[in-house]
Amino acid sequence: MEAAVKWKIKEKSTATIALAGNPNSGKTTLFNAITGAHQHVGNYPGITVDRKEGTINLKDTTVKLIDLPGTYSLSAYSQEELVARNFLTDEKPDIVVDIVDATMLERHLYLAIQFIELGIPVVLALNMMDDVRKQNLTIDTEKLSQLLKCPVVETIARSGKGKKELLDTAVSHVKDENREPTPLEISYGTELDLILDDMTKIIQEYHFMTDRYPARWIALKYLENDSQIIRLGRLNNKISKKLEGIVDRTKQHCMKTMKVPPEAIIADYRYGLINSILKQNIVVQEKTRQERIDFTAKLDRVLVHRFGGPILMVAVLYAMFQITFSLGEVPMGWLESIFGWIASTATALIPEGMLQSLAVSGIIDGVGGVMGFVPLIAIMFLMISFLEDSGYMARVAYMLDRVLRIFGLHGYSAMPFIISGGIAGGCAVPGVMATRTLRSPKEKLATLLTAPFMPCGAKLPVFLLLIAAFFTEYKAQMMFSITLFAWVMALLVAKLVRTTVIKGESTPFIMELPPYRLPTLRGVFIHTWERTWQYIKKAGTVILAVSILLWAAMTFPGLPEEQTNQFEIERQAAFTTIQSPAEREQILTDINNLEGQTALRHSLAGKVGTLLEPFSQLAGFDWRTNIALVGGFAAKEVIVSTFGTAYSLGDVDPEDAGTLSSRIAADPTWNKFTALAMIVFVLLYAPCVVTVVTMAKESSWRWAIFATAFNTTLGFGMAVAIYQVGTKLFT
Amino acid sequence: MQKSLRQIASGEKAIVTSVTAEGDVGRRLREMGLSPGTEIKILGRAPLKDPVSIRLKNYTLTLRNNEADFILVNKVEA
Repeated sequence: MEAAVKWKIKEKSTATIALAGNPNSGKTTLFNAITGAHQHVGNYPGITVDRKEGTINLKDTTVKLIDLPGTYSLSAYSQEELVARNFLTDEKPDIVVDIVDATMLERHLYLAIQFIELGIPVVLALNMMDDVRKQNLTIDTEKLSQLLKCPVVETIARSGKGKKELLDTAVSHVKDENREPTPLEISYGTELDLILDDMTKIIQEYHFMTDRYPARWIALKYLENDSQIIRLGRLNNKISKKLEGIVDRTKQHCMKTMKVPPEAIIADYRYGLINSILKQNIVVQEKTRQERIDFTAKLDRVLVHRFGGPILMVAVLYAMFQITFSLGEVPMGWLESIFGWIASTATALIPEGMLQSLAVSGIIDGVGGVMGFVPLIAIMFLMISFLEDSGYMARVAYMLDRVLRIFGLHGYSAMPFIISGGIAGGCAVPGVMATRTLRSPKEKLATLLTAPFMPCGAKLPVFLLLIAAFFTEYKAQMMFSITLFAWVMALLVAKLVRTTVIKGESTPFIMELPPYRLPTLRGVFIHTWERTWQYIKKAGTVILAVSILLWAAMTFPGLPEEQTNQFEIERQAAFTTIQSPAEREQILTDINNLEGQTALRHSLAGKVGTLLEPFSQLAGFDWRTNIALVGGFAAKEVIVSTFGTAYSLGDVDPEDAGTLSSRIAADPTWNKFTALAMIVFVLLYAPCVVTVVTMAKESSWRWAIFATAFNTTLGFGMAVAIYQVGTKLFT
Repeated sequence: MQKSLRQIASGEKAIVTSVTAEGDVGRRLREMGLSPGTEIKILGRAPLKDPVSIRLKNYTLTLRNNEADFILVNKVEA
């Protein structure tokens, strides 16, 4: 009998668990440890804005885990907080697992209290228990659990310790039918409590938004002057007016008697409650001072020093260039020779004709030109990830805030700039998305309009190509100057738009400086790999497609028959009349090159490039550069690959021609100033299509189109100035 | 004597007496732990003397002088 029961297949129950917590509480690390999902962990407040989900199959339960954005509270201060709150009230997860940094219980419990008030069952995860021990603190977990009336589990997210207990506790708490009735009603003092009761009565009587929120919670939000709730409430204007009237009277009374608004009193009572709990010997400091805090404080004494800090910051950025280029050079050389070998093998294997041209000139040269930069980009991403996860990025925001404010920006603008390529090698797409941490729409707009000026990973190959061709002895210095120039331009343009089209006051800067933490190797590598893989994927898909398209545009229509015949006749003539083999070879190559060039010029792309030439000549760009730059609007990587295709099409013997940079250096239409003009133009002109779409999503199409037109005009103006002044003065 | 946070020098300690800001800024300041009775220590100021970084409740917070003006404190004499 019993065996039969055992064999009966039980239907699995499901549980939805929301992971919530303050920024830097180790929430994302814990999420990764539980789900194994690959996702970025940052030490900068609010880096996870997107909703991340994972599914875990436990023995008899399927758990859906949602990683909510890091929030300090459930007020609607930032977009992240709004996202988190709306998820909790609208999708009503079965339980919230609130991850708190156990070394900062007092502040982190402020959020926990609000979950409990909202009436969602809570399990508290006391994270960073390793730090607690290092700081010689002891925490009475059991007593805390009793006082908060919710389960408390100790965890160490970095090592994954406690994650199983946490999940088990959460799931059994979901199923526990005897758990404490919620929501918790906190007392805010006799006066406010009475007013809250009155308001709650009105709310219940009219079922005012009670389908979404608990009644007393709505009353509380009205008293706290929560703009989102009041806006929603005004959809039912009559009741909202009634409540607002009560709030107004209460506020006047509070201001008169206590000189503070009701929201301040509410916050004081919340902290009062937390302190009354913690005072019952929950946290005990044993022995003397803390180790890690001292470590962070000591490091900060140097890293954010009034004078030393900025100097070190520049030194760190400069070191990143040096490391990247000296370390990246070796594998880059390997990849270059591998692609060279593939190209010559393909030339040998595939019979001459259209197919060979497509494979060698279109695909291998095109994609190879981009793939060659993978090691460099991987190293760059590795270092950016390290700086992000270690906590240094928040210091950069702190040190740069005052400077950025001069230009109408905000300390939080530093991060989007850096991700976009402010330390060369980022990408404007996540950079533009990172502008979400900016609360003021105006500062956000100014940041997202100027972030695409940064030298992203896709622009780097263009710079490196031109530097190798014309400034080869100053590699790191040139890259550093390009980056500095990008910052200067971004700041100046930001100032320009903030004093003209998007005028407005600056918004407050209130930011936590997280303790320094050695990033986990796994975290940094996962992050680096994700970004690098995205680059490789782009090379294999978008860039491959654009390469083939551009190859076709550069090949068709072919030369008319009589012209091809004309070249053939010339070749025959040279073959029969010239005796010296060396001389004959030379003349034959010249004829072949001329044919290639003529054919390229005759093609569709050639015609477009030639059409633009009279205009682009002002900046020294010839028709081949025009093809590359137009292609670059699809993706900046395409610029180099198009050069590769254009130059190999113009040259019949790809094996002898040496690398692309030496081909360009040898081309008489190029000089140092053409190269500089090109660098500046590529740096500043229209963002790639993907960035433009992202900009439109984060702001509006109007601004995305504005940026496209404005940036191109600005870039071209600067390029013309550099080329004209340079060639007039120095040649 | 009551002063604003802006007037406290680096390295000095103070006790928060009140946060006078209203609305979003006031709410955020309180959420970050600046409630009356909290002891704070000025850790230092950024290169251009703004923002300021302070230590409270076992963590480090940074804010601009404009925000610091809203925070009234009593200096703790060493």
